[in-house]
Amino acid sequence: MELINLAVKSIFIENMIFAYFLGMCSFLAVSKKVSTALGLGLAVIFVLTITTPANWLLQNYILKEGALAWLGANFTSVDLSFLQFIMFIAIIAAMVQLVEMIIEKVSPVLYGSLGIFLPLIAVNCAILGSSLFMVQNEYNLIESTVYGFSSGIGWFLAIIALAAIREKMKYSNVPDGLKGLGITMLITGLMGLGFMSFIGISI
Amino acid sequence: MKFIKQIFDKQKPYFEKGGKLEKLFYIFEAGETFFFVPPLTTKSKGVQVRDAIDLKRLMMTVVIALLPCLVFGMWNVGNMHYLATGEAADFITKLLLGAKVVLPIVVVAYAAGLGVEFVFSIIRRHPVNEGFLVTGMLIPLILPPTVPLWQVALGTIFAVFLGKEVFGGTGMNILNVALTCRAFLYFAYPAELSGDVWTYFGDTAPIEGHSGATALALAAEGIGEATTPVIENLSNTWSAGLFSFNSLFMGTVPGSIGETSVLMCIIGAAILILTGVGSWKIMFSVVAGTLFMGVICNVVGLNEYMLLPPHYHLVIGGFAFGVVFMATDPVTSSQTEKGKWIYGFLIGVITVIIRVFNPVYPEGIMMAILLMNVFAPLIDFYVVQANKNRRLKRATI
Repeated sequence: MELINLAVKSIFIENMIFAYFLGMCSFLAVSKKVSTALGLGLAVIFVLTITTPANWLLQNYILKEGALAWLGANFTSVDLSFLQFIMFIAIIAAMVQLVEMIIEKVSPVLYGSLGIFLPLIAVNCAILGSSLFMVQNEYNLIESTVYGFSSGIGWFLAIIALAAIREKMKYSNVPDGLKGLGITMLITGLMGLGFMSFIGISI
Repeated sequence: MKFIKQIFDKQKPYFEKGGKLEKLFYIFEAGETFFFVPPLTTKSKGVQVRDAIDLKRLMMTVVIALLPCLVFGMWNVGNMHYLATGEAADFITKLLLGAKVVLPIVVVAYAAGLGVEFVFSIIRRHPVNEGFLVTGMLIPLILPPTVPLWQVALGTIFAVFLGKEVFGGTGMNILNVALTCRAFLYFAYPAELSGDVWTYFGDTAPIEGHSGATALALAAEGIGEATTPVIENLSNTWSAGLFSFNSLFMGTVPGSIGETSVLMCIIGAAILILTGVGSWKIMFSVVAGTLFMGVICNVVGLNEYMLLPPHYHLVIGGFAFGVVFMATDPVTSSQTEKGKWIYGFLIGVITVIIRVFNPVYPEGIMMAILLMNVFAPLIDFYVVQANKNRRLKRATI
């Protein structure tokens, strides 16, 4: 029950996009077509599901104060948490590299259409954000896996919904000054209004 | 009729190209087409559809379907007032009091919204959008009677401007305009939109024990650790039988102006379905979704609200009004036939989820429709995609 609650919370209530505004750059830039958005969304889910627990292990067995105790009594007072950001980013970058290789092998078309945004997942703030929230909220290993996966789902839902809206919007007569990113920002705001329905839910 | 026609014909040269008031042509056109079918004939090339019904007349059908709700709403506002103060009053007195409260809201909503529409039509040189005829009537009906008029104006302007006009006007908005207005007001001014705001006016003291709580607010007390069944909550009120199933169905309960009466919504639904304006598939599937989720909640039964008999979900709050007039909005709902089933069903399910799990928002239908508006294009996309794939499979070349 706790886990379902956590999942619902991170998909809808604390949605990476609508509550924390994380990962906005690729959210706005890669949402022109549903197929591309779908690919990127899946890649983000995959990366999040792997990196959040991986970073949990890193945090709890290497970085945290006293985490190195398993090496011997001498290491109990070692505190490496000043390395947190750089280590997390290194793990994320490695994972993204892996995803990139897999996608290039499996679907060259998707690889082409994602273009520069695939390596850019490495600096997608939603991914690092998820790892940092995981540390902040003191989740355990299972919770952080669920958290990573469901934040990914939340991001995925947001980006494909936006992409479908933008495909539909192709025929709209939007004022010149708002074309492109301007109207997309407005859509994001209105979508956030729809997502507000879940604030306060607890199962 | 001839008289009106003469007026329009006389004024026309001023507004046509080269005339003095050329800039205001679209406002003139809006007035003219409001009274008469446009005098244009089909060109020799192009679409050859000949039908007396155009978008304006379609929208008028919806306004007509809304009239029972409006009139009943007026009467009910008066009814609630006299019930709260404990005075006796006849039908006409109640109706007049209600009209005095409701009509200013309607006028303000129309004036504010049409103002935005006119400004946009002049600047962007497009005809005035007919869609606002309906929106301007929907907005007052989903607001509480005690809402301050400036909030009505602000909400309407926000919704028409940011919810519709920046997307290119009628037919292009992604969220239902009236619900955008209500959601905006709800999040910006929660005090005026919920709580004890529903019932009496003036300085007359209400009778002892009176509270303005709606059926939804009472039912929401069943969330969490409460042990009294929701039905009991509903029957233990300050006025005997106020929230019995019958009065919930008839609509003699506190609530937003037009939303209370399920009966009037059914009349509206009948008009919409018979004229083919509203989609019966959406209405049916929302009701099905709600009952389905209601039954599941009954089986799981984690809190008292979940144990509420499913058919009560259909009569409390603005459910009926939302289903008939908001969910069926042809612009923001799913456009594909299969998509309509999915879209409606999910609205029903999410409505019940929000109601029984979320103590913050007593009403689920508003947020459920807004959320599904966001996902409707996605549903359509996949329905179309599935169709394409099926046909590709059938193709033999």
